[in-house]
Amino acid sequence: MACASAGGVPTRDASPNLQSLFISWLPLVRFASIWPGNDRGVAVAVEQHDIEQREVVTKKPPVDKVLHAVVTSGALASLVILGSIAGFLLYRGFQIFSDMGFGFITGSTWEGTGGEGEFTKYGIAPMLVGSIVLSLIAVFVALPLSVGTALFVEFYAPPGLRRVLISILDLAAAIPSVIYGLWGLFVLRPLAIGWAEALNDHLGWFPLFRVEATFFDGSPFIGGLVLAVMISPIITSVAREVFSQTPPELIDGARALGGERWSAIRHIVLPFGRSGVIGGAMLGLGRALGETVAIYLVVSIVFKINLQILFTGTGNIASMIALKFGEASPYEVKALLASGFVLFVVTLIVNLIATAIVNNSARKAAK
Amino acid sequence: MTAATNQTTVVQPLRPWRPTFSQQFARFVTVVLVVAAAAVVVLVSPLAGLAGIALVAIPLQMAVSVARSSRHGSVAARNDVATSLIWSAFLVLLVPWMSIIFTVVRRGYQAISVNFFTDDMRITAPDADLASGGIAHAIVGTLIMVAIASIVSVPLGILSGIYITEIRGRFTKVVRFIVQAMSGVPSIVAGLFIYSTLVLYNKSYSGLAGALALAVLMVPTVARTSEEVLKLVPEDLRFAGYALGSSQASNVFRIVLPTVRSGLVTSGILGVARVAGETAPLLMTAQVFLATKGNPLDGPLGSLPVVIFSFFQNGADNAVTRAWGASMVLMILITFLFALARAVSADRRRSRR
Repeated sequence: MACASAGGVPTRDASPNLQSLFISWLPLVRFASIWPGNDRGVAVAVEQHDIEQREVVTKKPPVDKVLHAVVTSGALASLVILGSIAGFLLYRGFQIFSDMGFGFITGSTWEGTGGEGEFTKYGIAPMLVGSIVLSLIAVFVALPLSVGTALFVEFYAPPGLRRVLISILDLAAAIPSVIYGLWGLFVLRPLAIGWAEALNDHLGWFPLFRVEATFFDGSPFIGGLVLAVMISPIITSVAREVFSQTPPELIDGARALGGERWSAIRHIVLPFGRSGVIGGAMLGLGRALGETVAIYLVVSIVFKINLQILFTGTGNIASMIALKFGEASPYEVKALLASGFVLFVVTLIVNLIATAIVNNSARKAAK
Repeated sequence: MTAATNQTTVVQPLRPWRPTFSQQFARFVTVVLVVAAAAVVVLVSPLAGLAGIALVAIPLQMAVSVARSSRHGSVAARNDVATSLIWSAFLVLLVPWMSIIFTVVRRGYQAISVNFFTDDMRITAPDADLASGGIAHAIVGTLIMVAIASIVSVPLGILSGIYITEIRGRFTKVVRFIVQAMSGVPSIVAGLFIYSTLVLYNKSYSGLAGALALAVLMVPTVARTSEEVLKLVPEDLRFAGYALGSSQASNVFRIVLPTVRSGLVTSGILGVARVAGETAPLLMTAQVFLATKGNPLDGPLGSLPVVIFSFFQNGADNAVTRAWGASMVLMILITFLFALARAVSADRRRSRR
C-alpha cells in the first residue's frame, strides 16, 4: 500500500494515520493529503479476476446486483438532496427573480413587507457586499495566524503538548457558532471597539481605517474578527494536516545540510503544503460567507453598503434571512428563499474554486 | 535469553542541530524579559490589556532576536525572527480559544442546578429566578432531533463511503464531488430548504423538519469520515474473501464492514458533534417550544442551540445567565462526543494490533 501515484501527492505511507480521522470531515483535507492512488489499479485487477472466474465457474450472484443497486442509490441520494436544495429554493424564489429582475442582486433597498406591488422592492446588494467584506476580513486575519499556529503545532511544540493542542483544535472547530457569537458579543466586542478607535486615531489617514463618524460598535471589523476566531481552527487543522504529510527525510536532509529550522520550513514544508493552505483558506471563506448566528449577534445589521470597515453597521445574507424570517409576509419569505439561493450559489462557486485550486496544485506537486 | 537478542540496538537519530538546554534556557529568559518590559511600557503608556502587551512584545521580541542572532549571520537571524513570529501566532490564537472555554464555564456555572436539568420553561419566565425553570425540554429536543438525523444520514453517508471504496463504479467522481459540494452548504440554506419543502407543505414547524435539516448537514461529514475509514481496510482482506469464493456482498458485510465497525461508529459520532450545535437551520424548521415533549411530529420542538439564542434575545440578566448555562451544557455534550469518538477509535487501533 505504499506507492506514489500519478493522481496524488506522493506519500511515504499510504495508510493515513488515525489522527486524520478526527478532522477528515473537514472538506479538502483529502484532496491535499492522502490519495491511496493504487486503489484503482487494484480494483481493476479484482474485477478482471472476478469476471474470468465467473465465466468459467458461475454467474454473477444476484445478491451482488442487489448490493450494487442499494449502494449506488444510497450514494446518489446526496445528488438528489443537493439538486433539490437548488431546485426548491429556485422554485419558491422564482417569482422574486422574475419580479425584481437583476435588481435583486444590484438593488440596495428592502422595502415593503406587504404583498407584491410597485412599492415592494427587494435588493440584496448591501448584504452581498457585507458577506464578502466580512469574510475577507476574517480570512485576512485568520490565515497568517492559522498557518503560524499549524507550523507551531507540527514543528515547534513539544510532542506532549502537540497532542493536547490537536485535541484543542478539533474541539475549537466544533464549538457551535452561537457560542462564538455570545463570546464575541460579551468579551471581544468591548475590546474590539477600543482597538477600532485606536486604529482610527493613529492610522485614520489610511483610507481603509477612515470613518465618517466615530461610531465603532457592530462594525464589519468586529464581525470579521469574530469570524476570524471561528474559522481559524478549521484553517489550522487543514494546514497542519497537510504540513504533517511533508516527508521527514527531506526536512532532516535540509537540516543536515546546515539549514536552520526556518529554512527547512520556508523551502520544503511551505511549498509542499501550499495547496492545502489555499484549500483551507477557501474552506474558511466558505464557512464565513454562510455564517448566520455569530454575525446576527455581534454586528448591527444595517441595510446599507458599508465599505468603511471600522464604521457601525453591516450584515450578511445569512444573518439578514434570520433577522427578517420571523415576521415576514409570504411574499417576503419568497424573497428570503431567493436570497438563500444566491447564498447557496456563491458558496458553491467558492467551494468549486477551492477544489480546483487544490487539485491543480496537488497535480503539480506530484510532478 | 541469548546474548544475540540482548544486543539488538535501535538506531536513534542524533539530530545534532537540536538546541542545548542552556540555549533554550537563555531563550526562555529573553522572552520573559521582553514580556516584562512590554508590561512596563503598557503601564506607563495609553496602551492597555493583553492586546497592548502583545503589540509591544512581539516587535520587541523580533528586534531582540535579530540583535542576538545576527552575529551568526542573516540565516540565523531570519530563523530567530520566524521562531518568534510562529510562537506569537500560536499565542495570539490560543488566547481567544481559551477565553471562550473560560467564559462559558465562568458565566455558565451560576445557572447550573438540579432544576436546570429536570425542569423546563413551560411555567417559568426566562428572566425569573434561577431556582425555577430549566432546559430539560431543550436537552430532550436536541437528543430526539439528533437521533432522527443520525438514523437518516448515517446510512446514507456510509453508503456513499462504500460506493467510493468498494463498488468503485462510474459515479465515483460524481459522488466525491457531490459530497464535497454538500459539505460547503451553509447551515441556514439547509434550514431554508427544509422550510421550503416540509414546513410550507405541512404548514407547521416540527421536530422532524429540524431533524431533516440537521441530516442534510450531517451526510457529508459521515460520508467523508467513513470513506477515510474504509480506505484503511487492507486490500489483502478483500482478496482473501474473494479467494474463498465469496460474493462482493458477503465480502462487504462479513469482512469489510466488521473490520471498520468502530471507525464507522466514530464517523457517526463526529457527524453528531458537527450538527448538535447548529442554530440557524433549527430557527426556521423546529422553532421554539417551551415544554418538554417527545413527539417530533407534533409542532415545534425546543433544542439547546435555539434555547441559548432565545434566552439571549430576552436580554434580562437571569435569561442571559441561563443562555450561558445552556452553552456550557452544549459544550460539555460536544466535548463528551469528541472524547467518545477518540476512545472508540483508540480502542480500534489497539484491537488491530
